[in-house]
Amino acid sequence: MAREPHPPEKAHPPRRIRVGDGPLTRRLLIGGVLLVTALILVAPLAAIFAEAFRKGVGAYAAAFAAPDTQYAIGLTLFTAMIVVPINVCFGIAAAWCIAKFRFPGRNLLVALVELPFSISPIIAGIAYLFVYGAQGLLGPWLEAHDIKIMFAVPAIILASLFVTAPFVARELIPLMIAQGSEEEEAAVTLGAGGWRILRLVTLPNVRFALLYGAALCNARVMGEFGAVSIVSGNIRGQTNTLPLQIELLYQDNNAIAAFAVATLLTLVALVTLVAKAIIERLDAARVKAQARPGH
Amino acid sequence: MRPSRRLILTSTLAALLAPALASGFAPAAQAQEQPNQILNASYDVARELFEAENKQFEPTYKAKTGKEIKVNQSHAGTSKQARSIVEGLEADVVTFNQITDITFLADKGYVAKDWQSRLPNNASPWYSFPAFLVRAGNPKNVKNWDDLVRDDVKLVFPNPKTSGNARYTYLAAYAFALEKFNGDVAKADAFARKLLSNVVVFDTGGRGATTSFVEREQGDVLITFEAEVIGVKDAYKDKNFQVVVPEVSLLAEFPVAVVDKVVDKRGSRQVATDYLNFLYSPEGQKIAAEYNNRVFDPKVAEEYKAKFAPVRLVKVEDVFGGWANVQKTHFASGGKLDELFVAP
Amino acid sequence: MNRVVPGFPLSLGITLFYLSLIVLLPLGALLWQAADVGWDRYLAIMAGTRTQAAFRLTLTTAAVATVFNGIYGLALAWVLVRYEFPGKRLLDALVDVPFALPTAVAGLALSALFVKNGWFGGPLSVFGIEVAYTPLGIAVAMAFTSIPFVVRTVQPVLEDLATDVEEAAATLGASDARIFARVIFPAIFPAFLTGASLCFARSLGEFGAIIFIAGNLPLKTEVVSLLAFIRIEEYEYPAAAAIAATLLAIAFVMLFVVNMIQLWQQRRIGTGD
Repeated sequence: MAREPHPPEKAHPPRRIRVGDGPLTRRLLIGGVLLVTALILVAPLAAIFAEAFRKGVGAYAAAFAAPDTQYAIGLTLFTAMIVVPINVCFGIAAAWCIAKFRFPGRNLLVALVELPFSISPIIAGIAYLFVYGAQGLLGPWLEAHDIKIMFAVPAIILASLFVTAPFVARELIPLMIAQGSEEEEAAVTLGAGGWRILRLVTLPNVRFALLYGAALCNARVMGEFGAVSIVSGNIRGQTNTLPLQIELLYQDNNAIAAFAVATLLTLVALVTLVAKAIIERLDAARVKAQARPGH
Repeated sequence: MRPSRRLILTSTLAALLAPALASGFAPAAQAQEQPNQILNASYDVARELFEAENKQFEPTYKAKTGKEIKVNQSHAGTSKQARSIVEGLEADVVTFNQITDITFLADKGYVAKDWQSRLPNNASPWYSFPAFLVRAGNPKNVKNWDDLVRDDVKLVFPNPKTSGNARYTYLAAYAFALEKFNGDVAKADAFARKLLSNVVVFDTGGRGATTSFVEREQGDVLITFEAEVIGVKDAYKDKNFQVVVPEVSLLAEFPVAVVDKVVDKRGSRQVATDYLNFLYSPEGQKIAAEYNNRVFDPKVAEEYKAKFAPVRLVKVEDVFGGWANVQKTHFASGGKLDELFVAP
Repeated sequence: MNRVVPGFPLSLGITLFYLSLIVLLPLGALLWQAADVGWDRYLAIMAGTRTQAAFRLTLTTAAVATVFNGIYGLALAWVLVRYEFPGKRLLDALVDVPFALPTAVAGLALSALFVKNGWFGGPLSVFGIEVAYTPLGIAVAMAFTSIPFVVRTVQPVLEDLATDVEEAAATLGASDARIFARVIFPAIFPAFLTGASLCFARSLGEFGAIIFIAGNLPLKTEVVSLLAFIRIEEYEYPAAAAIAATLLAIAFVMLFVVNMIQLWQQRRIGTGD
């Protein structure tokens, strides 16, 4: 990073002198960041749409008529519908005990909650194979009881649960720590029970973070590839989720359809981020509204 | 306060809906009596072929038995498929491109030991061999296997550790070298090593290699089954790829088998057997030939004769002393392929 | 802190039960499988040429991606916190794209960009730079998927940073570079380090984005996660378990380091929370 020295303006000292407020530094930094962002973040997004519409809207639309693709969309939605609520509940429980209480091993618990974030999805997939595969830890027992997990929808759900477990908790924990427990304590003295407090005090206070965590969790569930590709049997129209379907179409010499399906997941991602922007703005407005009477 | 209540309501609704939807997505799992679906675990580049075979088989079966049947497909490198079956993938039939991968299933008790004698032609309904696809005008002038070890020729074929397709390529080149150097193993090793070092991309399956060559314009020569080579040339007419059939290549049989352990559990033996027999029927053979496989049915073979260039095919049994031997010396962990594959 | 608020046993119970079932059980199975391999065999697997090359490549490319994101992420956080300009909100939203975008889609898009006939691949090849199917491509994929880490950890700290010290320093005539190096950077350094190590950890394990753009050539462009994947496909479970366990150990160490940094940060600032 080239940082230009601040031009001395002794005659008219500006009201606030901060590092990097010189016009040249400012321009260079903004310009540089915008350029790199355009190249590395915007261009890939544009490329997906450009490739998807390379042969026109007709070819694009045709990609979604294939029954296997429609099935993949259904399966992906279904997986998200199961995984997101479970991880929302887990996130609330984890945030509750970590943010509201002090206990030995609390830091370890925080680390554990965040663990899946630092672990390669491939390792998650392999680990699940070692538990539920026919050769795995529980394999013989599952087979004896005729329970099918591996290479079927349950394995896809389990792998997705692992990969996205931290998302909601990550959003809630810092916020709930920052907010403290005064309101909850007040509610307790007023005689409210735990569920009532959670529902009427805590959740409304963190609802935006909760929504964003859930949205991000949703986007990740729909897009998980590495872990799912190990535990799914790649059966067309049976265990193919959207990301796997993209790879499959790509290898079926059907790049247009692959990119067309990819636009769908890209849109999910973009909607998630737009939702976040809106939520943040609402949140900021709320904080402002709350702050005003105090002043 | 309202959003939180709505949230809880939504999650409850989702939780209630989930089991109902789950049952919708696992239709075949519980059906013990009369499975209306079977799964064919197959090799990577046979995607379009089996889609066509299934489309023909399903009504044929209905006409014969009055029962609805749906054949599901799973395609990947066959070693991966065999491994998945052992890990619990419930495939009723396997249609592989390599005998060793079914032998693996037989060793694990999933397929009866005598599987090769249960169907004609060593249980292979059709065959092919490794051939070359080159770019328009054959700019590198590739004609035969020894052109592939030139310094200026870059190759694309999949990872021989995961893809049966690539193992045929490796063995065909090795067989060619043994013949050329009069059985000098050291020279053949050097030839195979050079061949492997000329590869620019190793994908895990045959179709990945095709995509790298066609869409990503990697390499000068794509080496894969003749069936795939012709198929790619026809699918990308505007690119003017050329098919090069070398003077000699290695016979690639496409063995098929009913997975006994799975069909006995699911009660699908009858339909699985019917399915494999259908592949041998004139209709089944025609579709295979339509997708550029060389078939055994004499009438169908005659009909599609013009499509295929002459080639001299050698057999694994004759050159390498059988698949068991190949597996031991070449493909086992720490075998010759490992040595040639990574050693610089 | 307080025992007034109810629900501790329940919430802790749920958390522990869920983590055990979803996270610890599979990881335990992985370690159990790896322990089965035995120490000698483990060392032999890890000493293999191909394994060594994969680890070397992965560590190097992850380091390159982390350095890139260290610089770009810091600049991005700086620009977002310190300046007002049109499109700032959009830029802020864009930062999270790599978190929300499926890695496979990212890989597909990046490879479409960087191949010979792609938007970037064509112009770059004029200068003799090849990205697709080279280690550089792997670094690009890793960099893309881990962009948000540094930005999102540095941004809040930078926002909270009081400007009185730097203003005082500026009125005393210190140069921008000097103030940045002596005042600002030390203050954001723990957050920066946390972000960078998360970025590195994530890059080490990345798979979906990489396999589309790497050539997947053993010894040359084969990353560790792909090698583990291939070992599974080859039915070489001991090798897969050994490699996966090693990656897991690295992830643990990284996580430990991050936590230590956070503790240190908390202690420096002086307050518990």
